[in-house]
Amino acid sequence: MSAGTNKINVTVTEVVAVNELVKRFHFERTDGGNLPTFSGGAHVVIEMRDNGTTRLNPYSLMSSPLNTRDYTISVRRDDVGRGGSLFMHNRVKRGMEMVISYPVNLFSLDLRAKKHLMIAGGIGITPFLAQTAQLASTGGNFELHYTCRSEALGSYSEVLRERYGNRVSLYLDERNERIPLERLLATQPLGTHIYVCGPAGMIKWVRDTAATHGWPDDSVHYEHFAAPQPGTPFDVKLAVSGLEIRVGEQQSLLEAIEAAGVDPPYLCRGGVCGQCETNVISYDGTFKHNDHWLSDEEHCSGKKIMPCVSRFEGRSLVLER
Amino acid sequence: MGINFRKETFRDDFTFRNSPEQVKRFPFPYHEDAYMYSVNIEPHVAGPKNSVFEHLIDVDEHYVSEMQDRAMVLAEDPLRCQSLPHMTLAGWDLLELLMTEMAKGYPEHFTLTQDGDRWRWINRPLGIDDTFTFGDVSTLPYGPMEYITRQSQGDFAILDQRDGNLWMDAGMITTQADWSLDFDIGMNFFEWHAPVPLAHEMGVFTRALKFLTNIQQGQPARRLNWTMTINPRLDTSPENFHKWGSDRLSVTAENVGQKVHLRVELQTFFRLPRSNALVFPIRCYLLKMDELVSVAKWGRRFHRVLRDLPDELAEYKGLTRYRQTVVEWLSKYDDGAPTSPGFGPE
Repeated sequence: MSAGTNKINVTVTEVVAVNELVKRFHFERTDGGNLPTFSGGAHVVIEMRDNGTTRLNPYSLMSSPLNTRDYTISVRRDDVGRGGSLFMHNRVKRGMEMVISYPVNLFSLDLRAKKHLMIAGGIGITPFLAQTAQLASTGGNFELHYTCRSEALGSYSEVLRERYGNRVSLYLDERNERIPLERLLATQPLGTHIYVCGPAGMIKWVRDTAATHGWPDDSVHYEHFAAPQPGTPFDVKLAVSGLEIRVGEQQSLLEAIEAAGVDPPYLCRGGVCGQCETNVISYDGTFKHNDHWLSDEEHCSGKKIMPCVSRFEGRSLVLER
Repeated sequence: MGINFRKETFRDDFTFRNSPEQVKRFPFPYHEDAYMYSVNIEPHVAGPKNSVFEHLIDVDEHYVSEMQDRAMVLAEDPLRCQSLPHMTLAGWDLLELLMTEMAKGYPEHFTLTQDGDRWRWINRPLGIDDTFTFGDVSTLPYGPMEYITRQSQGDFAILDQRDGNLWMDAGMITTQADWSLDFDIGMNFFEWHAPVPLAHEMGVFTRALKFLTNIQQGQPARRLNWTMTINPRLDTSPENFHKWGSDRLSVTAENVGQKVHLRVELQTFFRLPRSNALVFPIRCYLLKMDELVSVAKWGRRFHRVLRDLPDELAEYKGLTRYRQTVVEWLSKYDDGAPTSPGFGPE
């Protein structure tokens, strides 16, 4: 009953340095023709073959859903991450053939909204590029508030201002500007929905402030992909397949399971969709839960783990895989 | 050569019946001699030739007559087709899916030509040839969902996905097994399934919802569900209960073979690309008891399934009044021989 993942063979048609941290990648179908239609907020999982290691990282689609001739993503370089963004920045060149997943949307617009209030931090701007294009094509009502470190790092702020004028507001850390969140939340028309994508601290700030101001939970949407964190290596026994594996420092548990030839279902690889949820048969040690899927109760129960982002420290761990 | 569409009725004189070829392709839903709920979902991939799974959207010999029956239902009760304002985009998604699949599966009957947003749709069995602008509601005689589902067999529920739940926010429901779109519209997955006995306690719906919200584009899924219907009536709706409810009292040992039908729903699930909604086509297949026992394994097996069905399920499916009569009739076709596992004939 695994949802599995459909794959598409694509060719990199363009690589553009947007600024000193961000590069944009354009993909077209290797066999020609259009890519699948998608909805604003969707992501694809990019497969990276990196010297024997396979990385599968999710990136939001930023191109217009109205144009499926190509897909574009933007990748922010993370010099201390596990290497996916460095692979994209240093190794991916125009003309290269790659494999991506079908689009999956875990951050879709609520089409009932009378108005869409979008809040972006840094590279969290990418899903909003697609969503604003989708809304603009049908006369949708939106407003975008975008905060970043400096003018030079404000990816796409100019193109957004050009397209949508004063519906876009930019706030720069270097000028000590800050989103006037309280005032924004206090002055929205009824039926407004909030969307936030950015660093974890920013998502928490927006959600907490909205809750304090009495916004209903289901009017506040957020994209909360936790990238898997590196950590101490650990050993795992996979009871169903009868394998013993070691999870490396720079590897996620899911990646280690896949490297051993077992293919659990997945969609987001970021701890939000629930697909790779795995039962724990026994353990002696401590879980490092990093997902947003399991409840606090489940985290404490020692019965479940999300192998895409969570880790383990201790003597033994046996999983139902 | 294409499909030989039958002229028949699903009301009044009830001239519906299946050709022998159609009996062979009936989606018999029991893989063993007993039935209990399960989350029996599998990938909806194109299946064997001459089965209802041959194409992702199945068109059969009842197509034209079913569409005429739908038009009659809608003329009497327009609320069988509803779409909340935020679901128009999903309606266009559905129109694209159905036109694309029907034209691909049955090119002798349907043709779709696309020139950018300018589309031409030819439906030969229904005598339709329309040119319209994709995305522009004013260029079609109905909204996009109503337009295409007046030309597609089966009911269609379009479920909006938000807040980790599914919401019944649009649909075309005229061939239903006793549930009402007008009652369920706007409800979430747990709300519209609230009347189903036993399954909540078994955790079936929690697991099913988790699966459905993760269905991806390009990877549809399917399951079979079943009930029984007296007379080959498609519109067994709560709205018209006064017209069909009493049929259940009319079953006698003499008329079981012609009057009693196994009603199987092929339920499929597709992610819609622009709206991120989920469409849930519910396709109804009817089989007379006389037709059912023409396949020896089906006769034996259905006898055992119906005889041993838990009372709560028989009650929920509305079988209680005539169950015993049908079980006795079927017992003549069950010699007690073992049946082979799986859906196929012996």
